[in-house]
Amino acid sequence: MTEMVLLGDEAVAMGAVHAGISAAYAYPGTPSTEITEFLIRYAAKKGKPYVAWSANEKTAYEEAMGVSMVGKRALVSMKHVGLNVAADPFMNSAIVTINGGLVVASADDPGMHSSQNEQDSRYYAEFARIPCMEPADQQQAYLMTRAAFDYSERFKVPIMLRLVTRLAHSRAVVQLDQGRDENPLAKPGDPTSWTLLPANARKQWRNLLNRQKDFLAYSEETEFNTLNLVGEKGGIGVITSGIGRNYFLEIAGSTDCSYSHLHIGVYPVPVQKIRALAAHASVIYLFEDGYPYIERMLKGLLPQSIDIRGKESGHLPPDGELSPEVVRAALGFEALPSPEPIQFKLPTRPPQLCKGCPHSDTYEALKAALAGFSQTLTTSDIGCYTLGALPPYKAIESCVCMGASVSMAVGASAAGFHPVVAVVGDSTFLHSGVTGLMDAATRNANMTLIILDNQTVGMTGGQPTILPSSRLKQAVLGIGVDPEHCQVIETHRKNREENSRIIRKEIEYQGLSVIIAVRECLETAKKAKKN
Amino acid sequence: MKYDIVLAGVGGQGVLSLSAIIASSAMREGLEVKQSEVHGMAQRGGAVLAHLRLSDKRIHSDLIPKGTAQMILSMELLEALRYLDFLSPGARVVTAQNPFINIPDYPELDQLISVVKGLPGAIIVDAEKMAKEAGSVRATNMVMVGAASSFLPVKRETLLALIEETFARKGEKVVEINKKAFEAGRG
Repeated sequence: MTEMVLLGDEAVAMGAVHAGISAAYAYPGTPSTEITEFLIRYAAKKGKPYVAWSANEKTAYEEAMGVSMVGKRALVSMKHVGLNVAADPFMNSAIVTINGGLVVASADDPGMHSSQNEQDSRYYAEFARIPCMEPADQQQAYLMTRAAFDYSERFKVPIMLRLVTRLAHSRAVVQLDQGRDENPLAKPGDPTSWTLLPANARKQWRNLLNRQKDFLAYSEETEFNTLNLVGEKGGIGVITSGIGRNYFLEIAGSTDCSYSHLHIGVYPVPVQKIRALAAHASVIYLFEDGYPYIERMLKGLLPQSIDIRGKESGHLPPDGELSPEVVRAALGFEALPSPEPIQFKLPTRPPQLCKGCPHSDTYEALKAALAGFSQTLTTSDIGCYTLGALPPYKAIESCVCMGASVSMAVGASAAGFHPVVAVVGDSTFLHSGVTGLMDAATRNANMTLIILDNQTVGMTGGQPTILPSSRLKQAVLGIGVDPEHCQVIETHRKNREENSRIIRKEIEYQGLSVIIAVRECLETAKKAKKN
Repeated sequence: MKYDIVLAGVGGQGVLSLSAIIASSAMREGLEVKQSEVHGMAQRGGAVLAHLRLSDKRIHSDLIPKGTAQMILSMELLEALRYLDFLSPGARVVTAQNPFINIPDYPELDQLISVVKGLPGAIIVDAEKMAKEAGSVRATNMVMVGAASSFLPVKRETLLALIEETFARKGEKVVEINKKAFEAGRG
């Protein structure tokens, strides 16, 4: 037994290593990035497992499926919205007969610290009819990840590991066991279980439905789902899931009240345990980070005698993340006294582009190029450059999902709007913008695409892009963009006027134009210099 | 015993390395530790907040409940004021005197200093100056570890040992500068 101080994300990574994974794939996304960052550092020292950043979450997921198909274990990690991108392989991987253990870590971001929504991945697990495991702390993150691989092979399904920001990015001591060896290569004897032709798929789907009772039986018996009944019948019951447990125990530990407590770490929810709690309590509080997933299940549609208190009932806020304060208030305790508030207005300090960031030069040039038009539309995307929506730039007008800047510009130009400019980062372009550009090129859409080529995935800490900068122009031209209207500019303060002139010219051109604005991210350059 | 510290600053100021020194020292002394960090978008020049919890018993929550922290330790003057609702009565606010001005509506410095000075238990440290005198402005966060150290449930020797171990790979000179910065902050 050894000890390590690990982030929740890193505990998942160590759990996967000790479960004997052969490969790990991911696309960077807060709060999941540190799983793969850790594995890359680990593999650099130990020579394995194979770890790679993929073009997007879909390719990452499919690569992991390939590893599973030939009998080895694979981890695929992403942020919650990344699972939308990977939804196609995710949903269908539930139907095949998993061979080597396949675990998908999906890191939710309640409170939207670094995301555009707070969707709850547990619904995806239920949608796919697969089990989900949700660690409460760093130790469980390690243990559950290990268990998830065994579970995946035992029941031949992918397992979702649901994380949330506060666990992913919190550090604590984790006790580690001995690792397990990798699986040998072993291709399945019957390929029909991976060939989802309708006739096979119907069989596989029924097979998955037949296994639901096994998943439920596991949920009832696993030590990750714990029920503790106290006192007489008719008392107060609490159901926690994931890190909700920690806030509840923190608050309960500072009071004299006693609660019957069911903690749920493995889904499908343990029905017998919930019924046992409900038979013992007259009130049940629900503390789950994310959507009121268990709460809604318990409430159903019909009237019932038990009083269920959570987000739906208004005892907790319907949005945002859980916190000790929220749990405290829900349980009916007054807020603790804190010092007198000061009579002083604090200005906010939102995140902003670094001083001298190449994006700021591109935005200045773009704004100058757009001056004088009676109306303009600038769609944009997800990355550091999204901060260009804020003052002093106010240069972009949309940020919806990866790659949408390109396809939305295609739509807006087809609707007759002009000028339309799409601004996308190099990595986001390669992740999901490239398909939109195919639509644009095929139809010669009347729009200008600006690709901000800073040669890195900046916002998540400077991971390498899937194609190097030197191949970006070739990729764009290969899609069929007119070489006359594909310009590469060096985005820099000293070139601002010249760049603005080039952008203006391409905006005025009636048809598709692409401008690649090149200069390395300051942070990446600084890091490269250090090493 | 439990000691909860709210760490504040601006992205890039070394808040996490400051936290790591205290956390590792506490672990060395057998305490349980939890440290909640901020990654991603907020790091880009924005306000950053980390929670560091030390205890001789099991720590459940990764987040410090409001109204219970013993200290705010801030690398930046304005940021010292952002999380006061986390403090328990009688808690400390230990902050660097130096402003980090990257917003247009940053308050007047004199006014800001007087507000911080008005807080009960406030300690304002001229951290950048002390770090420069110790040999490098980059040791500012170790000045702040020093300034906080006499209130922490961790021995001075343990903190110094961790500073030594952390900076050892950067050479003896860097170790000396950071130890000097720590001692200057401790005063």
